[in-house]
Amino acid sequence: MAGVEENNVALLDEAPVIAPGQTFDSVTDTIADAVLKRPIGLGWLAGLAVGMALLGLLGMAVTYLLFRGVGIWGIQIPAAWGFAIINFVWWIGIGHAGTLISAILLLFKQTWRNSINRFAEAMTLFAVACAGMFPLLHMGRPWLGYWMFPYPNSMGVWPQFRSPLVWDVFAVSTYATISAVFWFVGLVPDFATMREEAKHPLAKRVYGMLSLGWRGSARHWTRYESLYILLAGLSTPLVLSVHTVVSFDFAIAIVPGWHTTIFPPYFVAGAIYSGFAMVLVLAIPIRKYYGLEGMITMRHLQNSAKIMLATGLIVGYGYFFETFVALYSGSTYERFMIHNRWFGPYAWVYWSLILFNILLPQVLWWPKIRSNTSWLFGISLVVLLGMWLERFVIIVTSLHRDFLPSSWGHYVATRWDYATYFGTIGLFSAAMFVFIRIVPAISIFEMRMLLPQSEVKE
Amino acid sequence: MSHAVAAPSIYGLLAEFETPTDLVNACKAVYAEGYRDMDAYSPFPIEDASEAIGFHKSAVPLVVLMGGILGGLSGFLLQYWINVIAYPLNIGGKPYDSWPAFIVPTFEMTILFAGLSGMFGMFALNGLPRPYHPLFHVDHFSKVTRNRFFLCVEATDPKFDVVGTQQFMERLKPLSISEVPH
Repeated sequence: MAGVEENNVALLDEAPVIAPGQTFDSVTDTIADAVLKRPIGLGWLAGLAVGMALLGLLGMAVTYLLFRGVGIWGIQIPAAWGFAIINFVWWIGIGHAGTLISAILLLFKQTWRNSINRFAEAMTLFAVACAGMFPLLHMGRPWLGYWMFPYPNSMGVWPQFRSPLVWDVFAVSTYATISAVFWFVGLVPDFATMREEAKHPLAKRVYGMLSLGWRGSARHWTRYESLYILLAGLSTPLVLSVHTVVSFDFAIAIVPGWHTTIFPPYFVAGAIYSGFAMVLVLAIPIRKYYGLEGMITMRHLQNSAKIMLATGLIVGYGYFFETFVALYSGSTYERFMIHNRWFGPYAWVYWSLILFNILLPQVLWWPKIRSNTSWLFGISLVVLLGMWLERFVIIVTSLHRDFLPSSWGHYVATRWDYATYFGTIGLFSAAMFVFIRIVPAISIFEMRMLLPQSEVKE
Repeated sequence: MSHAVAAPSIYGLLAEFETPTDLVNACKAVYAEGYRDMDAYSPFPIEDASEAIGFHKSAVPLVVLMGGILGGLSGFLLQYWINVIAYPLNIGGKPYDSWPAFIVPTFEMTILFAGLSGMFGMFALNGLPRPYHPLFHVDHFSKVTRNRFFLCVEATDPKFDVVGTQQFMERLKPLSISEVPH
């Protein structure tokens, strides 16, 4: 039996989902010790320091913004959205892969997801936190952000529910909440493991409180599993709706290049594309430095690369049809928009985007590249950059030259735009560095379920 | 302590097993013997174990459904009330009751309420958070979050009898049997 399986593995040229020889003990120890026993290393400290430094930059940029207002950014009429919305869409897209892994792959019974869903969900949470900052800061008076929510107030006014920007408030806040719920629910049994494994009384107590007194009862597990699958079922349409609603922010406007029906699927595919790139950027160093190669195997990296390749092609299809429809439409403004993208002042951004998002990732067709971590890491960075450029192209090239040439303008980001952007990268990475030290980075109980020992024999 | 006179002096008897298969077989045997007040404990979900102790249906899906319906209704009615009754605005000549535009927040509220009621409902049905539980008095029960499988027959069961039940459980060949104090 084992021989047959080995042959199949060899035939498919695929690494196993979990390395052979693992036991309940080894799984528990490998994951829990990375948090509880492993001394704080120089590499981790250095990484945290860089993250914290960038986080400090964010603090500075936001403080100055609160003093001076959004005029410190490069936004002007006609390009009033600029970096704030580019970064918002970029970050929230990155978050989507986490939900895809934890929810959609769970529904499809893709058990290989069990070793990457935990940190992918953490990635989602932190990415949504970064994303949420931008529209808030962009409002100009962020301290009045609660005005976006419908609540009875002395002014007697209510939100305007026909606007996709209000839909966005509901979509993103629901997404953040449900992602946090999913993450916490998934963590409770692992917090119970940490409670028992921890030696330090304070750690025992904190994990004990977080575990809510979980004791692994069969009745509890049944309710737990039924909730887990339902949350996956709820999160699946949710995650698709979030980027759809984000794309409505554009598609419902009449600006050339925005007013198109292909936006929702094309945005969702782009979101998953960049999200898997971020998963690889995080997974490759984490598995190496924490010795988790037996759990995050080449199979996970290869599967992620395949998903990137597939979603990248969908994105390419989106670019193609955007162009085709613009040319086919007979609309002067749509045609000009494409001409401006290709040959206008931001043409270099468009062509870099094509290079980074469409051409370079095609190397993933080669199995050799898909099984080389350095290549995967490099391609993922290229895709992350490419997807950022895509949002730049969509937002800036459409806005800066729309209908009336007399109202055309030029958009140049200022140092504060860059400081805020790199600052959120700092927030994200600092949060990730803290996360891998205090929370099991891989779902322990779900890894146990992958072991052959977990099967009940008749 | 104002316990009833018949309050049992212990919580129950806890048997420890090495594999999920042993646990499920033991659950089946104990259930067949007529015991009902019992629970299995494991480091990961084992569907067969909860089947074997006679726990088939969880109320969580119903809670999620109710939460979802409540969320969807309140989301839609809130928008209807705001746009038609409380604060009617003429936006581009569209009707006050622009229901297609209300679908997105209605959908999001459905998901939000369903998810939150699911989480709180699951914890409430499970009686969590409960930092203290009699089982935590048994030292090796800590392995339930690691590599061991447990079956506890509770003293509240009418058939429970410290000596008789223990003798019966010995026959299931557990690694150990412990009395669980209150």
